[in-house]
Amino acid sequence: MGTFIVRRILGLVPTLAVIITLSFFVIRLAPGGPFQNERALPPEARAELEAKYGFDQPLSRQFVRYVGNLLRGDLGSSTKYQRSVNEIIAIGFPVTLSLAAVALVWALLLGVTAGIIGAVRQNTVWDYSAMTAAMVGISIPTFVLGPLLVLLFSLTLYWFPPAGWGTWKHVILPGITLGTVRASYIARLTRAGMLEVVRSDFIRTARAKGLPEMLVIWRHMLRGGLLPVVSYLGPAIAFMMVGSVVVEKIFNTPGLGPYFVDAALNRDRFLVMGIVLLESVFLLTMNLLVDIVYGWLDPRITYD
Amino acid sequence: MGNTRLPNSHSLPVPTAIDDQLISGTSLWKDAWRRLRKNRMAVAAGIAVGGLTIAAIIGPTILKMSWGYEFETQNLEYGAQPPSLDHWFGTDFLGRDLLTRVLHGARVSLEVGLLAALVSATVGTVYGAVAGYVGGRVDAVMMRIVDVLYVLPYMFLVIILVTIFDRSLLLVFVALGFVGWLMTARIVRGQVLSLKEREFVRAARSAGSGDWDIVFRHLIPNTLGPIVVYFTLTVPSMILQEAFLSFLGLGVQEPQASLGALINDGANQMIVFWWTVVFPGSVLGVLLFSLNFLGDGLRDALDPQMKT
Repeated sequence: MGTFIVRRILGLVPTLAVIITLSFFVIRLAPGGPFQNERALPPEARAELEAKYGFDQPLSRQFVRYVGNLLRGDLGSSTKYQRSVNEIIAIGFPVTLSLAAVALVWALLLGVTAGIIGAVRQNTVWDYSAMTAAMVGISIPTFVLGPLLVLLFSLTLYWFPPAGWGTWKHVILPGITLGTVRASYIARLTRAGMLEVVRSDFIRTARAKGLPEMLVIWRHMLRGGLLPVVSYLGPAIAFMMVGSVVVEKIFNTPGLGPYFVDAALNRDRFLVMGIVLLESVFLLTMNLLVDIVYGWLDPRITYD
Repeated sequence: MGNTRLPNSHSLPVPTAIDDQLISGTSLWKDAWRRLRKNRMAVAAGIAVGGLTIAAIIGPTILKMSWGYEFETQNLEYGAQPPSLDHWFGTDFLGRDLLTRVLHGARVSLEVGLLAALVSATVGTVYGAVAGYVGGRVDAVMMRIVDVLYVLPYMFLVIILVTIFDRSLLLVFVALGFVGWLMTARIVRGQVLSLKEREFVRAARSAGSGDWDIVFRHLIPNTLGPIVVYFTLTVPSMILQEAFLSFLGLGVQEPQASLGALINDGANQMIVFWWTVVFPGSVLGVLLFSLNFLGDGLRDALDPQMKT
């Protein structure tokens, strides 16, 4: 297990190298620069600005310098906001993260419950309604669900604020918006996973030795059913980080998402790179954690 | 199914007329079609997809001929009107008929979805088939590349790409198509790996077929089932991703419309004009729902073992 984790962490290095190189050169080779969108700057002023950020130097030297700074934990500074990227991330990332956490809890609660209902009452009205609801959930994009929830719960019922950030009430609607699609996938995975183990020997044994049905479901079936769900958590978190870009726009949440699109449009090079890197590292870490939890849940898996 | 022979007194089976009939009656596609027709939800979804597609193709023309509405004609005097007999879906802020715009947007969304899915299916199939067929080191390197690309936060890269180059429709679906091919490549490779050792491939080789011939005339046609299934499920996901980009203002640009762009417009005004977000949103929802259901039904019909 220990060697497995070490090997996986070492395996992340080439992936991160690809991400850094790819995003660096894609952004650099793009037409237009950070100071060209502004009203016509005098050429001297622009040259001065470019020198300040090191954009006047050859690309290879900029790359080496960027990677060097990166290794020291310095992500550079934003050309638009005149602040360091580290600072922007330190303010925005916790917001995005708490939004994603609420969404994940909601997705798991709703998804696993619906999946259990579908599997335990297979081929009944319960099953069909749960699975149809899941399909509807998959088909409603976050940017449709979000406005509809605002329309209903904020503008008609006045239960939750339509936008903003600060109290627990602000996180409910965006969390539900972000989590519902994932809940639908989780419901389908839970149901399929449980149905797969429902006819296996250890379930029959559990019933034969007289365990109450609830215990059979909770202790034995659910464990089998949750394995696919656990391995889906990695992609689910990835989708949530992407989805938060849209959800934060709808609800005017001060997370990192809106910064990203804005930064890409403004060629705010260091900020774009910083956010891409942060999300990548976060996702890779989550995938690694999921793999470890998976091995712990399923004793059949061995790590050579 | 249908392997029962007439009782035969000879030890060698004698081909009979019944045998011939049975053989001609069980092709994969006919079987799948029969199974699909029995799935009522999938049939309903198919009809909905067909109906929406036809409406998206001819709807704008009909609306133009009978009412004179065009998706880009502004009429500020009639701005932001609620649904009425003249404008079934109401009008948007600039007085454009919303039904016309929604149908036009559905057409754009469908086009983008189909083309992007086509790009990704083609790239993925060829890549996966080559990796699986050549095998060995080449395969290992090619699949390692897929693995690395698979964990990239690719939507962020697509956003970068789309913001950097001109925001043309072409670029949107090329960008989407090129990130969607990874899964197809994996599926096809797996299939090819197991197929290439089969007798019919050896037979083809001993009959003098070259590598090219074997891959494109024997291996790929035999993996068509999973490819088609994955393709049908890719279309809605591509439509969704285009809508995602358009919602962020990065996809289709005014006065063009796609469903995502319309929802973006509507979401900005929905406090007063609810219909501007409800109608395009529902059409997108119904479209994705039907496509997903159709894809699921097709998967069950074509490949009963491949259930999630």
